[in-house]
Amino acid sequence: MRPPRTLFDKLWDAHVIVTREDGESLLWVDRHFVHEGSHHAFRQLEDKARTVAEPELTFGIADHYVPTHGRPAIADAEIAGMVARLTANTARHGIRLYGLDDPAQGIVHVVGPEQGLTLPGLLIVCGDSHTSTHGAFGAFAFGIGASEVAHVLMTQTLWQRKPRTMRIAVDGRLGPHVSAKDLALHVIAAIGADGARGHAVEYAGPAIAALSMEGRLTLCNMAIEAGARCAVIAPDETTFNWLRDRPHGPAGAAFEAAMADWRALPGDAGAVFDREVGIDAAAVAPTVTWGTSPEEALPITATVPVPAGGPEGEALAATLAYMGLTPGQPLADIAIDRVFIGSCTNARIEDLRAAAAVLAGRRAVVPGLVSPGSSAVKRQAEAEGLDRMFTAAGLTWAESGCSMCVGMNGDRVPAGERCASTTNRNFRGRQGPGARTHLMSPAMVAAAALAGRLADVRTLMLPEG
Amino acid sequence: MTPFTTLTAIACPLGLANVDTDQLIPARFMSRPRKEGYGGFLLHDLRFDEAGASRGFMLDAPAHAGASILIARRNFGTGSSREAAVYALVDFGIRCVIAPSFGDIFAANAVKNGLLPAQVEDAEAERLLAAITAEPARPLTVDLAGRSIRGAGPEATFAIDPVRALQLLNGWDDLDLTLRYEGEIAAYRAQRRALAPWSVPARR
Repeated sequence: MRPPRTLFDKLWDAHVIVTREDGESLLWVDRHFVHEGSHHAFRQLEDKARTVAEPELTFGIADHYVPTHGRPAIADAEIAGMVARLTANTARHGIRLYGLDDPAQGIVHVVGPEQGLTLPGLLIVCGDSHTSTHGAFGAFAFGIGASEVAHVLMTQTLWQRKPRTMRIAVDGRLGPHVSAKDLALHVIAAIGADGARGHAVEYAGPAIAALSMEGRLTLCNMAIEAGARCAVIAPDETTFNWLRDRPHGPAGAAFEAAMADWRALPGDAGAVFDREVGIDAAAVAPTVTWGTSPEEALPITATVPVPAGGPEGEALAATLAYMGLTPGQPLADIAIDRVFIGSCTNARIEDLRAAAAVLAGRRAVVPGLVSPGSSAVKRQAEAEGLDRMFTAAGLTWAESGCSMCVGMNGDRVPAGERCASTTNRNFRGRQGPGARTHLMSPAMVAAAALAGRLADVRTLMLPEG
Repeated sequence: MTPFTTLTAIACPLGLANVDTDQLIPARFMSRPRKEGYGGFLLHDLRFDEAGASRGFMLDAPAHAGASILIARRNFGTGSSREAAVYALVDFGIRCVIAPSFGDIFAANAVKNGLLPAQVEDAEAERLLAAITAEPARPLTVDLAGRSIRGAGPEATFAIDPVRALQLLNGWDDLDLTLRYEGEIAAYRAQRRALAPWSVPARR
């Protein structure tokens, strides 16, 4: 009898075409997403005079460079060129494109699930590290570089060595106004920005089972910030209910048949992980980052760390100098210049609802930009009146794209300014040269917008429920 | 791909931890064609101010001119999947990065571009950093087959996935290797469609 297998073991086994003696396996790719940044890979394809092996399994999405205002015009010629190049490359190779003018356009990691392109049991790749997001559905999904993108375009396969497995079991329940984002930051702070390096993470336990799909997507999205190769969550009724009647997903009898296969995906009893990490959900507070790595995160009630001696102390002092923070300063005293609500991490409908609920009937004291995760999320938010809650609070309601998370489209935080952001990376210069980023949940960003400083959303809100 | 066997070069003791790919190449440069060369973008915002003037960063210091080896602290290349981070290093002239750990995607990208990610123990990284900081002109010799770094006191050893080492040594391209398995790929494809028909997107 074969030994009990984890969810990840099953996903891996189902995609192995061949394993070489040296341990490298050639894996089949079920779904490949390309975006404007994939131009280096398309160029490699041209250089080798090859075609796309499986255009039917390949989807293009304009997100990284798209403007969030004044569409369809793109003022900057270089940015317009990036979007045009994706349009030309996908057209030449017969790839379906969710372009700037498509009603389903949005951020790849939001659109994939929405369109039913992301399903349990699939192997999904994209030239974007946050491809780990799709693991929320029980898919094996990971980011790859341009050379690997080119290889997948040409062969629909990828050479990989099987990563080790790590289970992060989250017991108990998250407290009021504590979200998947807080849990993600809490985990990264606990294990480090390279704590899951070389591992496929499975998030498990009652706190995970209780999460909505949106929350699970946020959690898996941030797994790369702990260095994980990918993250997975076992598909369950929450997953299946979310997936019914999606445009590209199976329908009717085909959906029932697919669901029968998906029910066999969760790990077997007694399956062994290479590493086990336990987290108590009740111990997770609303969490914010103070530094320039996602591991530099603390509860909002904490204070800025104080540098000690040695190289680590020097590095910490340099980080605090970049961030313009004083050692020992309470995090809740940090004044901000602006807020951003958006990105593949936290711009789904539930995220927008959470932020709008905090802002409702109140006025932000700093400017801010709200960019929904997809054009579909934007329409739904508008149907629910969320857009008017944001604009009434003084924030700007924009079109969908990666926007101020990565600044490629020109939406940037000016040098020296401090931004409370629902995004995934507080790296130096990520939101623009000299920008200072504090990562937190949508509700916490909304609270910061109202207070003009980092703030504990729990003190602004009535008890939940 | 250019094979990597041994490299004798001076090293730059960068010494930073968590050097993320946004620092290695800020996103705003990634729309440029590679043929212009990405070396000028490497660690751009650490090296140049808003006006483009040099900040006198270590990489541009005369003592480290011509360095082909970087020595860093843990988690080098963390962050985004942008292969442009590797292009920036390679176009600048870097052939080897020595660090206690690397971002997974970065390390994969590096090998595909002939850049050696040499993983050393924390203590070895500290020792090499101290030695090169004290005597920057002293060249290091990195021997991939022997997994050794010579030239700074006792020989240091480094680790790398054996398959990646072989690819670097031979300058192999994945595609040549994959095309040997065309039959297996076609058979898998047919089987996948039969066993998991839902894995093919519906056209609706």
